[in-house]
Amino acid sequence: MPWMFRGLRNGVLTTGYPARPDPYGEAWRGAVRLRGSGVPAPGAARLGCPTGALSEAPDGLRLDRGRCILCGRCVEAAPEALEWQAGAEVAALRRDDLLAPSPGPEDEDLEAVRADLATRVSALGRSVHLRHVDAGSDGSEEWELAALWNPVYDAHRLGIYLTASPRHADVLVVTGAGARGMVAPLLATYEAMPRPRVVMALGTDAISGGLVAPSYALTGGIGAIVPVDVWVPGSPPSPLSILHGLLLALGRLPDRRGGRS
Amino acid sequence: MSTDPSGQVLPLSRGSWAEVLARHGQGHRFAGLLAAAVPGGTRLTVVLALADRLQGYDRLVPDELARVDSLTAHLPAAAWYERAMTDLHGLRVDGQPSPRPLVLPLPGQVSPPRPGGPAPSPALEPDEHVIGLHVDGPGMFTIPHGPVRSGVTESVEYLLETPGEDISHLHVRVFAKHRGIQSRFSGLGLPDATLLAERVEGVASVAHATAFAQAVESALGVQAPVCAGLSRVLHAELERIANHVDVALRLSEAAGLSVAVSRLGWHKERVLRLVSQLCGNRFGRGVVIPGGVSRLPGLAGEQVVAALTGIADALLADADALMRTPSFLDRLRGTGPLDHGLAARHGALGPIGRGSGFDDDDRRLRPYAGYAQLCPEPVLGQAGDAQARLAVRLGEVRESVRLARAAALALEEHRGEPTSVKLPAEDGRGLGWAEAPHGEVLYDVELRAGTVLRAAPRSASLHNLPLFATTFQGDIFTDFPFVEASFGLPIAGVVL
Repeated sequence: MPWMFRGLRNGVLTTGYPARPDPYGEAWRGAVRLRGSGVPAPGAARLGCPTGALSEAPDGLRLDRGRCILCGRCVEAAPEALEWQAGAEVAALRRDDLLAPSPGPEDEDLEAVRADLATRVSALGRSVHLRHVDAGSDGSEEWELAALWNPVYDAHRLGIYLTASPRHADVLVVTGAGARGMVAPLLATYEAMPRPRVVMALGTDAISGGLVAPSYALTGGIGAIVPVDVWVPGSPPSPLSILHGLLLALGRLPDRRGGRS
Repeated sequence: MSTDPSGQVLPLSRGSWAEVLARHGQGHRFAGLLAAAVPGGTRLTVVLALADRLQGYDRLVPDELARVDSLTAHLPAAAWYERAMTDLHGLRVDGQPSPRPLVLPLPGQVSPPRPGGPAPSPALEPDEHVIGLHVDGPGMFTIPHGPVRSGVTESVEYLLETPGEDISHLHVRVFAKHRGIQSRFSGLGLPDATLLAERVEGVASVAHATAFAQAVESALGVQAPVCAGLSRVLHAELERIANHVDVALRLSEAAGLSVAVSRLGWHKERVLRLVSQLCGNRFGRGVVIPGGVSRLPGLAGEQVVAALTGIADALLADADALMRTPSFLDRLRGTGPLDHGLAARHGALGPIGRGSGFDDDDRRLRPYAGYAQLCPEPVLGQAGDAQARLAVRLGEVRESVRLARAAALALEEHRGEPTSVKLPAEDGRGLGWAEAPHGEVLYDVELRAGTVLRAAPRSASLHNLPLFATTFQGDIFTDFPFVEASFGLPIAGVVL
């Protein structure tokens, strides 16, 4: 039995996240952000954003993190206006929360979203089952999602499991830019899930279509197909970002920095 | 029709396939058949692998004709390419033995998207009923696997045709995740197109970006600096290690070896973290640009060697243990056999070909980037089964570790040199290729004033996947996950 002792040799490899911050996640270049509000627009064209995540408004630059594929071109072109934001915790419960400056209604609305989600996830207790559907990904999001069950992230310790059957699934995790050939299978999977259910859009492609949209073969994001509860930007997002998104949706992030993030 | 000055693409004389078939008869591997809409017709490009480079041959099919004689009758490996051609361009292929839709099943009255053409296509809804299915035989029925599979996998549908337990026939349906990538390339600037190439097959981002960049470089007649070539090798070999470990992990998962699954998952994570230390992205994205690389690795050569040695020692020890685990090998031995003759006739790419003793590796035969300097050693198998394919991959991991270390050290002599050359905003056309973890990827890129007029990627997945259905002689349901994992083909690259 050559395998029996192999696992013991290396000690514990698993992250302390979410109870403790994860050093790799803290240093991760998870997002681009505007330097302060009302950043004067340096000319969106000069920034050369490949996905149109940056646009100009009369009051300054606007950034849509749901379109950003983290190429970093804008940070290099205009470091006075944009910068990397360290940290893997980039998920949001509302699409508008990925926009900067935020145009959305204020905190009462977010509270309502949270309250609605909380009533749905309260039934999930301490174990939750995920069903993944690829709706036109490039394949990298699958790697990062599957990584959650390697010993480094070990989602099992948090009671997070994968299931093959949508009948047993609580959370639908969708990757890809919304391939039209996957619309029917995705809807069938969603319909087969018991209520309550939660839907995650995993990755910039799933949120907005990313760089592969627009295309005759894509809906440009999966929000056009199923209602989304949690948005995880990134191209692809790191495993810790995905974990953050799951815990955010489940209301299970610990109160680490004075107030739930 | 523009042909490039380097002569990478030549027009076919007499508008027939005769010349291509003659050259193929001389032993040149068939590497692909690409199609693009050009003014007045559809341009078909057959790519053959010569001894030291790839060579394209153009044939124009005028719009008023819109039909062409099939290559498949003489060259069975062309079958899927022709089916894709019909789906995307509406070409009628006379004599195609299996003219069913593959990448985009559309009802007859709907206009196909015609990638390469001037106008973007309106939204197109695929209709699977167009494909049709004919199952014949006593007690025969089909069991669909997918398109939504168990676990975390890409969407693809396998219809197993069976009288009970044997797999008599396998229908592969790949259209579900067609994304229209080829059309998307047209009109993009080079930096954006490179980012798109990285997303053609996300797990082989470096290989795709490299093949695309090299196509652009030959179209414009420029050469990337030495340090860029070595950086490309370093990242490509780390990508290869991660992919091969992923295949070993999936095979272990299929066999229920949970300790091995955990161990291999850890190794893979460490490789991806090393990549992110080098460039800020776990998939090496943003490194390769046409003309060179955007930046050199964020770690010094010695640091890369130290980190890689730590990973490799643990990884290779586990790989050895895996190949000594009888309960595991029992499942792989003789499973999913691909004989040498078929592999050679088809021109099977990557570890699938090499596992069957068909030796073709662009890194050695048609060297690019820094490979000529680093001399990769061949890793070959003979048996052609799932075990041979895994043995080839694990052997390649060992060789990749050596190459990555050598590239990282050689890079140090070039620190401080420019990492890229400036590209002229000119017209041109070129082919580029790179040996991805799962086999050769190639790009046919046509530029107009420095932006992409047309680009056609061809992944090893499209070329190799037709072989998958041929490897089920004598296999039963429970062998399926082993055969599939041993092929290790990303689906994103099949349908684009």
